[in-house]
Amino acid sequence: MGLSVDIRKVLSGFTLDIAWEIGDELAVLFGHSGAGKSLTLRMIAGLMRPDTGRISSGDRLLFDDSTGVDLPPQMRSLGYVFQDLALFPHMTVLQNILYGGHGIEQAERGERARTMIEWFRLAGLEHKYPGEISGGQKQRVAFARALIRRPTALLLDEPFSALDNPLRVEMRGLLRTVQKEFGIPVVLVTHDLTEAADLADRVIVCSGGRVVQAGTFEQLLARPGDPDVERLLAGCDHALSGR
Amino acid sequence: MTSAALAGECYRMIDGAILHSLSLSVQVAAVSTVLIVIAGTAASYLLARRDFRGREVLDMLLTLPLVLPPTVTGYYLIVLFGRNGVIGKALYAWTGWTILFTWQAAVLASFVVALPLMIKTTRAAIESIDRTLLDASSTLGHSELWTACKVTLPLAKRGIIAGAVLSFARAMGEFGATLMVAGNIPGRTDTMPLAIYSAASSGDRSQANAMVLIFTVLSGFFLYAANRLSRRTA
Repeated sequence: MGLSVDIRKVLSGFTLDIAWEIGDELAVLFGHSGAGKSLTLRMIAGLMRPDTGRISSGDRLLFDDSTGVDLPPQMRSLGYVFQDLALFPHMTVLQNILYGGHGIEQAERGERARTMIEWFRLAGLEHKYPGEISGGQKQRVAFARALIRRPTALLLDEPFSALDNPLRVEMRGLLRTVQKEFGIPVVLVTHDLTEAADLADRVIVCSGGRVVQAGTFEQLLARPGDPDVERLLAGCDHALSGR
Repeated sequence: MTSAALAGECYRMIDGAILHSLSLSVQVAAVSTVLIVIAGTAASYLLARRDFRGREVLDMLLTLPLVLPPTVTGYYLIVLFGRNGVIGKALYAWTGWTILFTWQAAVLASFVVALPLMIKTTRAAIESIDRTLLDASSTLGHSELWTACKVTLPLAKRGIIAGAVLSFARAMGEFGATLMVAGNIPGRTDTMPLAIYSAASSGDRSQANAMVLIFTVLSGFFLYAANRLSRRTA
């Protein structure tokens, strides 16, 4: 399927000018805070409009200013996991997951929800509210809710940042399995080097609103193409020791 | 008050005029509250979630009756809804009916005067909802209307209930604007506050005492019930 992004956006004091393309792989948007990573993700999802450019998911055009295409977020069929997960506090685990199954026939939706609950090890929690479950369980609900519709790509905005280390490692394992099982492009925004090193099929390094380098983690490490990348990769020995 | 006097006052409660005023007040407050909840929730949503030209001017116009003397609000309603008013004239030409000095006029007065309370509480409740939840709903494939019904309004439920209760209480106690547009016609438009005013000004202390007592007990009951309700829905 793949995901292709080539967008520009001018904000006060900041210009985003980003272009990259990925296949059905796990790509990490890596960079310090303020590099424009989350902004890019919001524009891919349609939560913010780029000034100019083009975004396509597989052969489906999501945004193209030259032809006036700008699908609203609800029409983009992309899964999005927010930094704070954004689970609906007034809905149970099951209701949260079912809410993600918009447009699926009711019987099929129930069936898929059961599969998701099994897949993400949420059995027994169906009737609990988000406030009654643990951080790791909330993560899994957010994944299940984003994936029940079988989106064409999965976007993750630093969803593991609030977790403690053992849980992070567990969630990374889960994310790898999700990518393989669903076979869709997954874009993970992070400023955590270990996370990038551990997960990325491809790392896209962002700095100051631009892509400064892209490639596998090993390629970046062997030939940092930019002083910015070198700076960002400082401490990578430590990161790699965790792989 | 001695027990004999209290019994005497209770006996007065079954007085037909009092019962009429009481049921008229409840009817007017209930009808206006239903209208306020519908219109107020829609207006609050627009004011809280949509960015359009004149948004704050609209907010100011809708909530102005909160600070205007009710007689001024009533006067505007006469200007608008009187037989020669902008809306009243059209209404009369169309239906042959004029709203002034009917119980519906009391509903109109209560609606306009109590609406700001609904808008203030509901708008604040909607604005306090985490924007990310609404973004999440749209990335999950839902339209704005669906998100409003399934996420925004359920999460703003406490504010909506509080607004409805305050509006009902305000509508029950409406006096000035009601007097201007509905008059104080015995047996027709004399809501409880108007009837109390008539009884007190004509020196009928015992009638006034009975009505004041009933009104106070009833209002206390509504507030108590509303507090219980909003705690249960928390």
